[in-house]
Amino acid sequence: MAKHKTPLLDQLETGPWPSFVTDIKEEAARRAKNEKKVNFQVPADVCDDLLGLLELSYKHGRTHWKHGGIVGVFGYGGGVIGRYCDQPEMFPGVAHFHTMRVAQPGGKFYTTEYLRQLCDLWELRGSGLTNMHGSTGDIIFLGTTTPQLEEIFYVLTHEINQDLGGSGSNLRTPSDCVGQARCEYACYDTQALCYDLTVEYQDELHRPAFPYKFKFKFDGCPNCCVASIARADLSFIGTWRDDIRIDQEAVQGYIGGELPPNAGAHMGRDWGKFDIKKEVLGLCPTQCMWLEGKKLKIDNRECTRCMHCINVMPRALRIGEEKGLSILAGAKAPILDGAQMGTMFVPFIKVEEPYDEIKDVIGKVWDWWMEEGKNRERLGELMKRQGFQKLLEVTGLKPDPRMVKEPRSNPYIFWKEEEVEGGFMRDINAFRKHHMR
Amino acid sequence: MAFISSGYDPSSPMKDRITDIGPRKYDEFYPPVISKNKGKWLYHEYLQPGVFVHVAESGDEVYSVRVGGMRLMSIGFLREICEIADKHCGGYLRFTTRNNIEFMVDNKSKVKPLVDDLMSRKQPGGCYKFPVGGTGAGITNIVHTQGWIHCHTPATDASGPVKATMDVLFDDFVNMRLPAHLRVSLACCLNMCGAVHCSDIAILGYHRKPPMLDHEYLDKMCEIPLAIAACPTAAIKPAKMELPGGQKVNSVSVNNERCMFCGNCYTMCPAMPLADDVGDGIVIMAGGKVSNRVHAPKFSKVVVAFLPNEVPRWPTVTATIKKIVEAYAKGANKYERLGEWAERIGWERFFEKCDLEFTHHLIDDFRDPAYFTWRQTTQFKF
Repeated sequence: MAKHKTPLLDQLETGPWPSFVTDIKEEAARRAKNEKKVNFQVPADVCDDLLGLLELSYKHGRTHWKHGGIVGVFGYGGGVIGRYCDQPEMFPGVAHFHTMRVAQPGGKFYTTEYLRQLCDLWELRGSGLTNMHGSTGDIIFLGTTTPQLEEIFYVLTHEINQDLGGSGSNLRTPSDCVGQARCEYACYDTQALCYDLTVEYQDELHRPAFPYKFKFKFDGCPNCCVASIARADLSFIGTWRDDIRIDQEAVQGYIGGELPPNAGAHMGRDWGKFDIKKEVLGLCPTQCMWLEGKKLKIDNRECTRCMHCINVMPRALRIGEEKGLSILAGAKAPILDGAQMGTMFVPFIKVEEPYDEIKDVIGKVWDWWMEEGKNRERLGELMKRQGFQKLLEVTGLKPDPRMVKEPRSNPYIFWKEEEVEGGFMRDINAFRKHHMR
Repeated sequence: MAFISSGYDPSSPMKDRITDIGPRKYDEFYPPVISKNKGKWLYHEYLQPGVFVHVAESGDEVYSVRVGGMRLMSIGFLREICEIADKHCGGYLRFTTRNNIEFMVDNKSKVKPLVDDLMSRKQPGGCYKFPVGGTGAGITNIVHTQGWIHCHTPATDASGPVKATMDVLFDDFVNMRLPAHLRVSLACCLNMCGAVHCSDIAILGYHRKPPMLDHEYLDKMCEIPLAIAACPTAAIKPAKMELPGGQKVNSVSVNNERCMFCGNCYTMCPAMPLADDVGDGIVIMAGGKVSNRVHAPKFSKVVVAFLPNEVPRWPTVTATIKKIVEAYAKGANKYERLGEWAERIGWERFFEKCDLEFTHHLIDDFRDPAYFTWRQTTQFKF
């Protein structure tokens, strides 16, 4: 018997898509039954009260969580999102309902053994509810009480060899696409680089030392499956600088209709026979492809590596062999000055352990932003305020047309005094000798 | 509920403390076929919606079966996922960047039993637990946020609207009939946690009333300068207020005409709540993308300025989204993302084809860049 009536939420238990309401109800019932005789460390009816509170929000059209909440574990300045409900007497089971961010493994690959360890821990000491996963990548333990935080952290670190993720004005939990683990497009090992940098910068992740939050994301190619270009302050996107590898026989396979275009991604509709001229050559953004007799030709020097032709003919076209990545900087959501996507500032860098060249760039960006960034100013906003030139100056990079979509159209150009012959110090009287008032 | 210690000693909290160990290393969790062939994949192919194969240089194959994930899930549900992975996949699985679940097997013969098993599992209300799909030129999972389940600043719920929308779009989750993949995302306020600013279709929680001011507590609970600095339109000023009892306090005043209800001041100052049952609702955005394929990444644009929060199924929101999807499916060329289609035909035609009203709210008025979104040409369509 459910503790609270939830007539509104009950209506979300039908339809084809999996219902979170049914799932939470089932967890509530499992906890009420408690077949394993677990000595629950947070109220057994936490899931019932969460549904009750959510039903009340549906009735009121407003959230019922109090503002903020500052909790955590000793030694760290983040990792836990404190939360208290604003009707604790009606819903004591969620009076405390803190979230813990748990650092996820690269590519979000798991063994069931590991996931069960997490489930056992969270069953005893938390609500039994999770997010798999938070938008930034973390495993989310959704809902526990303050006294359990240290206990959970102790078990995580001592028994599961597992740390918390990031929150607050610091380096947040980095995340990556599936990469070379299961994708032929990956231009570098996203998991290896993501893991290496996560371990390297543990201090920056656990103890907020920044003006605001900072995120890394690692995409193996410009398809951007982890959306780094939109969702990370530094986006690491794989690319190559030599020629696309062409298997002419497979090209004929596509033209002849033996191989499905785009790996069969459009099989739900009849789009007609594959037309390489229309579907590949005609859509190439730089028009650098052509057919010579039966042979497909690419003027690789003019290719911008957008991935379209490779995506359409994955068995015929492969990424080049001289691989690396581009670094883009400054993506963020709208608050405060408007949304930004990452801006290209390192067009090509090799990806070689121990990644010193990449770490050097990160260090220089942080040195600048940590000193100059205003309170709650993202890197992208500092770039807008102080100028892209400043980013180049602090990283020692040479300006390059690859860094702009177009040159400026206003002529409000700053010059440095040392760039201008004779400097800025001038004598008005010397001027007046030749120009009367 | 007797307290059980983990071994942590609260009287000496720093004793035996382990810190800075980070996540577990990725390769501990790779299925054997992944470990063996990492970096040596040759090509992939979709076999049916939700099922695809990768072929390696060695000739090895890995078949992946993708199923829709709720994101918000219980440990009971997670244990069922583990049971399936143990039964079919040697105890391995992964999650995607859009919170779907992928089960991998190394032989084609293992695919059908896995798919059949997944599709046979249903919740008591008839919902699939593990619907197979989310691949290719279709609609996959909705990247979403906390909503009324856990956050203090939302203007709408997340899990509810997502369930309602995925029910309406379900046929496109299990099919691949669209011109290109179509990404839907949701954020419950304009902090835009997630991908709302860069999705084909985005659902965004929005307020329409300025904050209320808790003058009696404001100076006690907030750093006033931070609240002032939090405002993108400089609508907040410091102010001295006299409480009904005659007591003078430091507080702030809000110029309601300059406030566009972003809620960022409330993020910084608990004494400025702004949630409202009828004021709050949903903005629909469209035309964003993150990939660099053919065209550069794009921001999504506001195409519907307001739809009400209609609990529990948000019918106007889901109907509007369905309308946009159908117009796009009908009008766009093969490989064309929604934003590329809208730009090719012109936004004036987009509003006509999608049968959406164009109101003054959709015209940008935020600082200098707004000008660049107006039309400085005689080129337009009647």
